[in-house]
Amino acid sequence: MTVRRANAFDLHVPAPRARPGDKPDFSDWSFPEPGDTPRPEVDAPAAELRDFAYGLIRVLDLGGSAQGPWAPRLGADALRRAMKSMLLTRAFDERMHRAQRQGKTSFYMQCQGEEAISIAQATALAPDDMCFPSYRQQGILIARGYPLVDMMHQIYSNRLDPMKGRQLPVMYSSKKYGFFTISGNLATQVPQAVGWAMASAYSGDGRIAAAWLGEGSTAEGDFHAAMTFAGVYRAPVIVNVVNNQWAISSFQGIAGGENTTFAARGVGYGVPALRVDGNDFLAVYAVTQWAAERARSNLGPTLIEHFTYRAGPHSTSDDPARYRPADEARAWPLGDPIERLKAHLVGLGEWSEEQHRIAQEEAIEIVRAAGRDAEKVGVLGVEGAHEIGSMFEDVYKDMPWHLKRQREEAGA
Amino acid sequence: MTSMTMIQALNSALDVMMSRDSKVLTFGEDVGYFGGVFRVTEHLQQKYGAKRCFDAPINECGIAATAIGMAAYGLRPVIEIQFADYMYPAYDQIVSEAARIRYRSAGDYTVPMTVRMPYGGGIFGGQTHSQSPEALFTHVAGLKTVIPATPYDAKGLLISAIEDDDPVIFLEPKRVYNGPFDGRRDKPVQPWSKHPASEVPEGYYAIPLGKAQTVREGGDLTVLAYGTMVHVALAAAEDSGIDAEVIDLRTLVPVDVEAIVKSVTKTGRCVIVHEATRTSGYGAELTALVQEHCFYQLEAPIERVTGYDTPYPHALEWEYFPTPPRIIKAMRRVMES
Repeated sequence: MTVRRANAFDLHVPAPRARPGDKPDFSDWSFPEPGDTPRPEVDAPAAELRDFAYGLIRVLDLGGSAQGPWAPRLGADALRRAMKSMLLTRAFDERMHRAQRQGKTSFYMQCQGEEAISIAQATALAPDDMCFPSYRQQGILIARGYPLVDMMHQIYSNRLDPMKGRQLPVMYSSKKYGFFTISGNLATQVPQAVGWAMASAYSGDGRIAAAWLGEGSTAEGDFHAAMTFAGVYRAPVIVNVVNNQWAISSFQGIAGGENTTFAARGVGYGVPALRVDGNDFLAVYAVTQWAAERARSNLGPTLIEHFTYRAGPHSTSDDPARYRPADEARAWPLGDPIERLKAHLVGLGEWSEEQHRIAQEEAIEIVRAAGRDAEKVGVLGVEGAHEIGSMFEDVYKDMPWHLKRQREEAGA
Repeated sequence: MTSMTMIQALNSALDVMMSRDSKVLTFGEDVGYFGGVFRVTEHLQQKYGAKRCFDAPINECGIAATAIGMAAYGLRPVIEIQFADYMYPAYDQIVSEAARIRYRSAGDYTVPMTVRMPYGGGIFGGQTHSQSPEALFTHVAGLKTVIPATPYDAKGLLISAIEDDDPVIFLEPKRVYNGPFDGRRDKPVQPWSKHPASEVPEGYYAIPLGKAQTVREGGDLTVLAYGTMVHVALAAAEDSGIDAEVIDLRTLVPVDVEAIVKSVTKTGRCVIVHEATRTSGYGAELTALVQEHCFYQLEAPIERVTGYDTPYPHALEWEYFPTPPRIIKAMRRVMES
């Protein structure tokens, strides 16, 4: 006979390590040392790669020295270029965040602390590989040389906004730069990337796809759909989970992070999964290169968990001081991605404090110049930026009668 | 010309398009080797290979999303959602993604995909194999919604849907897959071979989207219907002795408002028939369109004959969906008022 015990259960609601007023303390966390993780062959069977989902691939030690078999062979020029892209991204974010505060636009999202992920991955992928980003991968566009002023036109929804004022700021789209139109519905882009990769495999053109989502949105069914289809059809796709610890105010435990790693999600689908220090430019570059080579060799998908920290607010509509310690970002045990690459370059004798300062100033000046140009065209709310009639265009390829009628009604 | 069932005509449309255009491929649950639970994709895998006609995991979200990715790449995927009732897990991908990608990217990316879904009841399929969710699509900007009623139209409209550069929801009235069921309880369903609209050309032809067809001319009143209900409305017209004009809308968005206005202007009376639940159903849109365009020509209030606002009842489906007697009652009320 079954004996039921009253009050036997304790509904577990995960809670983060620290809340406002608490002292952030990561001293009990331990990570594999840089250089300690072996680098498997790209054609290793998924079943032999399971441990990578639970470890952490690191190349740069906190002093900036590159260690071990994952250390990529990247020339100093490429590293300096990447550094400049990261500085440009940070300067862009700072200016656009401020522009929102000044009332020039409705909304902005920074990627502070996560710059290495977009920039290292854009560096490792081919320029025509197809990216299905979430809203925090502006670094891809910047690394690929998309004009900053066009990003600003989009953020200001002005007359020259390539999206014609239809999208929330930062929801960029550029087919020319291999950057899929960003959706505000989370994780929808991931199974789409898988479909794109399946089409690429069907057409045989050698291009691969990559998708990004946050750890929070791995809870969406779309992520399960993506992983299932990617595994089943061995699609040439890289699925990147950017684990920045926070989904707006919900810490990663609310998405299941207390129980296992996000990389471990891949194990159940038979998809190789690598977990990497997302603040380590060289490690991110190396794992992306590994996954890209694997995909290009017709060996199918890879899941990468980028372990990082969202140093800024979720968006301009968010105030993280209400749910996490204000100095948690500074306490993050894996540092800041720009500072770490800087230390590496300086250690190599390929960079200096002076060069860094000049590069920062140049980045700020490039952004300032683009900002002046964009603001000359207009900021959000300038009347007449878009013809009323443009609202009815692109709903369909050809405008059906009912939209023509509504366009007339709107006085266009 | 060959006599075809609607299933054969749909299969023929896919066959024609796959042979004409290597960008066309099709997938869905049980669609590949087996040829689909309703046999619409039969022999296509054998003919075109597993890479162009294949089985998908039981995940409608994934089926729709991967098709969107393929369409964004430049292919023309045709997906099958095994029953329209299974569509809900794919709804976000269809509504927030497929329907909006052209708009939100200002034409940078487009989604030329076709979503095939058998819909409707009368097959004792219960709640989850009988629904008519067309209004959930007609309400969404950026989608086209098509529902054929005959084998000839099914093939021509499916070809147009595949060739269309926008996402098309293609709802297939599964009750008339094998014959023009007309809702008469006492008469067996005739096979399609006895119906003139089963004569289908073997090759390519297209029926433009957005064009209705008058399937019965009449002067007393206009019946607007689509899918299975076209045949039920025709039976009602025949059994009633009323000189009804029956219009098969064929495309719900964009709807052929000219055909509707022309007919109602002539008859001054209008009955709308659909199988879906009434409240906020597509009949409400049709009612609004008729009164907006024909108010001063109307001799009587517009009537709707629809499924009731309940889940689809397994044992009572004959009482649930519109049958000729229910339509005739509405026609009489409209004639008498």
